[in-house]
Amino acid sequence: MSKMTKIDIIARPEKLEDLKLALNSIGVQGMTVSQVFGCGLQKGHIEVYRGKEYNVNLLPMIKVETVVCDVPVDDVMEVARNTLQTGNVGDGKIFVYDVEDCMRIRTGTRGFKAISDDEVVE
Amino acid sequence: MGNILDTGNTAWMLMSAALVFFMTPGLAFFYGGMVRSKNVLSTIMHSFFLVSLISVEWILIGYTMVFGDDISGFIGAMNKFGLATVAGTIMDGAGIPEMLFVAFQCMFAIITPALITGAFAERIKFGSFIIIALLWSVLVYNPMAHWVWGGGFLAKLGALDFAGGLVIHILSGVSGLVLAILIGKRHGYGRLPMLPHHMPMVILGASMLWFGWFGFNAGSALGANELAANAFVTTQAAAAMGALGWLIVERLHAGRPTLLGAASGSVAGLVAITPAAGFVNILPSLWIGILGGIICYISVAVIKQKLGYDDSLDAFGIHGVGGTWGAIATGIWCSLDVNPAGANGLYYGSSDTLIAQLISIVAAYALAIIGTYIIYTVVNVFIPIRADEKEQTSGIDIVEHGESAYNYTGFASSSLSGFSGDTDLASIVARTNR
Repeated sequence: MSKMTKIDIIARPEKLEDLKLALNSIGVQGMTVSQVFGCGLQKGHIEVYRGKEYNVNLLPMIKVETVVCDVPVDDVMEVARNTLQTGNVGDGKIFVYDVEDCMRIRTGTRGFKAISDDEVVE
Repeated sequence: MGNILDTGNTAWMLMSAALVFFMTPGLAFFYGGMVRSKNVLSTIMHSFFLVSLISVEWILIGYTMVFGDDISGFIGAMNKFGLATVAGTIMDGAGIPEMLFVAFQCMFAIITPALITGAFAERIKFGSFIIIALLWSVLVYNPMAHWVWGGGFLAKLGALDFAGGLVIHILSGVSGLVLAILIGKRHGYGRLPMLPHHMPMVILGASMLWFGWFGFNAGSALGANELAANAFVTTQAAAAMGALGWLIVERLHAGRPTLLGAASGSVAGLVAITPAAGFVNILPSLWIGILGGIICYISVAVIKQKLGYDDSLDAFGIHGVGGTWGAIATGIWCSLDVNPAGANGLYYGSSDTLIAQLISIVAAYALAIIGTYIIYTVVNVFIPIRADEKEQTSGIDIVEHGESAYNYTGFASSSLSGFSGDTDLASIVARTNR
């Protein structure tokens, strides 16, 4: 009985390469990355255009989404934290969710087998 | 006609006319980069369309209204309607074909209404814009150009305007302010962010303007000669000092020098030197430029913020204010040593020219304010001018032109043509798997 778990990692954009390598190293290959804007505790900054002040408080971040089943969720969270932590405000967040079902579109496989690496292309 | 054609002058003036043309697409990019991406195409369209509209207007009636036989110092007669009598005529003094002068001046007539478009960017309907621009060119620009350049009453008064500080920058800047106030502020002004969406485009535009301005100012010498060289260097000096002046004040007032500030300052310097380029010496042009940059910065970053009107891209703040300073500066520093056809200004002991300049400035403001107010009021009776809240939110590009500038995703739109067939599931699957 393999439980599928979705993990969202909101992180600094410049950390993406390191994060990908780190996740690969513990067996997480598949992920979806999007560019997002985020704010939390960080204050943002002021930009001035011809005398008009603008408060820029949504900062660019990346969101890495991945679904794991064989790889322990705690391992993913620990590896992510080690890679991403700088100690400054704005390091990001990790969210963990249940996954109800999934499918590999190429083969039609459903369930946890769809996210394991068994069905290699010949 | 008896005049000898000077091939050197003619060659330079042909190039100058093309340089001034280039300023209008330059303006299009300068303005375009400063608006939000949903409005960039319509902003560029304003300038680009005016090239076509005003070229035709100029050929048919513009040239004759400005340079036809003078009627009471007020307007030109129709003796050159459709460029009648122009072909084959060589202008005395300059030795260039009159037809070439027509072409050169056409480019000035085009860019002047284009400058106004910065004042009402992001909130005007296209059809109304066309009508306002055409009426303005015929009823405001043509008379003013005649008054100053066509032998009209301001020329007889002794006003000096080498390349268009009065005729072009004050006129368009003030008219822009009037329209900005009458049309009203952009929806969400002061609350929603309205930042330049493409700064590199702004700099491209400013650079095209600076480049073309050499034709604008040095070409107004109407000859390949020392006067043109003087105008070229005063133009460069003022542009350079304008940028420096703006950047210094910006750094002190707002904390950091911006690229937008560098571009804006250089344009302010160029505006300020426009009436003076072929009348003043080089050293005064440094003062004209730096003060142009500083005064325009204050008008844009301090006064406009305090007064609260929405002159979106600072048509008045840079062209109106800069042109006013330039016209005054011309009255201070003009020198017969530079241009025997000019005068000696206040700095050299005579206040006559300065007084003529001040009168001309008042005339320009009055014509711009009254003319623009009447045009707006009349047009507004028949058709809506302001884009409503819904249109401004969607974006002028998509509503007025059905276009969007940046289709990066590639999947946001679907193809309308080439798609036919059944919409039941089996047919769709069969189609997609081909």
